[in-house]
Amino acid sequence: MTDSIDITDSPLGAYQARKGVFPKAVKGPFRRLKWAIMAVTLCIYYVTPWLRWDRGPYAPHQAVLIDLAHRRFYMFGIEIWPQEFYYVAGLLIMAGVGLFLLTSAVGRAWCGYSCPQTVWTDLFQHVDRFIDGDRNAQIRLNNAPWGAAKIGKRALKWSIYLLISFWTGGAWIMYFADAPTLVVDFWSGTAASVAYATVFVLTMTTFIFGGFMREQVCIYMCPWPRIQTAMLDEQSLTVTYKDWRGEQRGSVKKAEAHPGEYGDCVDCNQCVAVCPTGIDIREGAQIGCITCALCIDACDSVMAQVGRPRGLIDYATLADAEQEKAGQPPTPVLKTLLRTRTLVYLGVWTAIGAALLFTLGNRTRIDISASQERNPVFVQLSNGDVRNSYTVRLRNMEGRPRRMELSLVGLAGARMWQGESAASDAARSFVVTVAPDAVQRLTVFVTGPYDGEERTDFAMTTRAMDAEGGSDSHALTFNRPEE
Amino acid sequence: MTNHSRIDEPTGTTTVGHSWDGIEELNTPLPRWWLWTFYACIAFAIGYTVLYPAWPGLNGATPGTTGWTSRGQLDQEMAAENARRAPMLRQLAATPLDQLPANADLMQFAIAGGGAAFRSNCIQCHGTGASGSAGYPNLRDDDWLWGGDMASINFTITNGVRNPDHDLTRMSLMPAFGRDGILDARSVADVVSFVRANAQMEPQSASSTRGSALFAANCVVCHGASGEGNRALGAPRLNDRIWLYGGSREALATTVTNARQGVMPRWGARLDEMTIKMLTAYVYSLGGGEAAAAPVAATPVAFAAPTE
Repeated sequence: MTDSIDITDSPLGAYQARKGVFPKAVKGPFRRLKWAIMAVTLCIYYVTPWLRWDRGPYAPHQAVLIDLAHRRFYMFGIEIWPQEFYYVAGLLIMAGVGLFLLTSAVGRAWCGYSCPQTVWTDLFQHVDRFIDGDRNAQIRLNNAPWGAAKIGKRALKWSIYLLISFWTGGAWIMYFADAPTLVVDFWSGTAASVAYATVFVLTMTTFIFGGFMREQVCIYMCPWPRIQTAMLDEQSLTVTYKDWRGEQRGSVKKAEAHPGEYGDCVDCNQCVAVCPTGIDIREGAQIGCITCALCIDACDSVMAQVGRPRGLIDYATLADAEQEKAGQPPTPVLKTLLRTRTLVYLGVWTAIGAALLFTLGNRTRIDISASQERNPVFVQLSNGDVRNSYTVRLRNMEGRPRRMELSLVGLAGARMWQGESAASDAARSFVVTVAPDAVQRLTVFVTGPYDGEERTDFAMTTRAMDAEGGSDSHALTFNRPEE
Repeated sequence: MTNHSRIDEPTGTTTVGHSWDGIEELNTPLPRWWLWTFYACIAFAIGYTVLYPAWPGLNGATPGTTGWTSRGQLDQEMAAENARRAPMLRQLAATPLDQLPANADLMQFAIAGGGAAFRSNCIQCHGTGASGSAGYPNLRDDDWLWGGDMASINFTITNGVRNPDHDLTRMSLMPAFGRDGILDARSVADVVSFVRANAQMEPQSASSTRGSALFAANCVVCHGASGEGNRALGAPRLNDRIWLYGGSREALATTVTNARQGVMPRWGARLDEMTIKMLTAYVYSLGGGEAAAAPVAATPVAFAAPTE
């Protein structure tokens, strides 16, 4: 090194300031699709906790409820216990594979339409337009010095941001407790402190991410665009500026003056003006493009005005772009959609879904698990018998109390009783009533004859004593003293 | 290596000027929000070290203006826990011992508390599993020296076994038949033969027949005609399969020759009444608990024959 360079002396400064993005309002089919998806996703998010579902007298009546305190997850007719968490894991895996499937079929559609960051940013940008006006008014206000009018508008806008953010954070906690009760508790100050903390954190993240950081979250913070870059191939749908058709850019006037020299792009910059992440799609595919297709709407309306065919900017695969450039017709959509990669993802996704549904349909709602007392493994009794003790858990996953019979299978001559009754009650089986949606923990003493193998295998089975029935069994070992 | 800072054409960003085999490093500036987050973290850290114990010194750390300590937090949590337990403890104090097993919730509470007390006071002799060892009774079985109902267990724990300075203590003193010259070695062996034959641990023999007479003359006063024991005296039952000091000929000969006199502290002098009540519930729940002072069986219990 010949001389040292002070990098802090860079003309760029210590940081890069965010370039303001003031997307212009746009109309068109993709905008309408975005509206529809926004309405549906927000509706699902805000309304779901308020749906009711009758589960009888012993279980909560909220259709979707993550009951962390009691470790239950309710989703309409399905109730998940902690040990059945693999259903949730399965759902998450399906969501992951679903993202792959969606990406291979329609590119970054998740980013462009249904990612919460996109939806809330879009919502906040509508607030911007509502308060400050469209793009030009927003830029003017942004550059204007701070005065009464600007302070007033900013205060109003940020208040609306905060209100939306608070509503967003508030809706989140409704999934974790009975919503109507929680709302009353929340406003009367009696809700759990974790509820207030969660609402505060989510309000602030929504406020900051949706109101101020916006596209920076996608570009700098989110891992998905990077993963996406690795997943895209020449068959992936991306928003493409058809440069072979658009270049050389020039106004309509120039094109009329010099026919043949100019392409279809009239260089109106509308595609840049409407972009919510502030990029120029004409520079090609890039990490900042979330493929929301608003530039397609913008370009199509301009093309309609100047009387040129639509689709100068359009969804296209890289392979199609090459074919189109060479003057060949594009590959049929179905052929692009039904390619090996997409079908494999679809197959995996469907297989996991079918497996989950199958196991869900066949799961037992009655369960026994037992473990042997290891300290000591056996107790010598006065009359020569040997006693082992077991901790038995009888699980009743139905929303009503059930009478369940516990019995011994194998282990000839053995009898058992539960800890709370007396040895004189010993029998081959006994019946307990298990509370609705609960685990009954029993200490069970089993006595068996002294003579026999040092370790004898046997089982405990449980059987529901009602019309619906159901049974389960647990294999155990009976220990005797070493001879 | 050259040092020429320049503008990189494709990105429009300056390079830092280093070049390694033509690979250059861009001086891409940080996003502003990142820097702000970084500064916010520094501000948080400074605030934290002011509010909480942080900077180490020779004799401890700076205390922090909030006065928070982990010990203080523990005290608070313990106080909260004690307050939470208070109603159950009051209820436990008001419930007589014999009615405790009927109240499932209270019994569980007592068993949990008793288990904790057992682990700190009793496991040294009775073992972590309460299954005892040679000389230390197994508390899980159905053989009790002094009784296995709630009241008896409670009395034994409170007053201990063979505490000479305490009037109420459980006291039984078997003579050292061999050492004190009451029986000679052969007689001891005969008594052992009888005791083992009586417990069906060895066949009857000439020795056991001789021992029968010796047993009747020396042992029945406490251990009973058929060796059924006597809880009032703390005399162990001899016609069963449970032997505190072992049931082999050698172990029994030693017992008859020298007698055995195990000792348990009287916990009434060390633990409060409530803890002993919970210990009672715990010991009672281990599998050998008896409903009330059961009458001693008059006849030997028939041993379970091997089935099949």
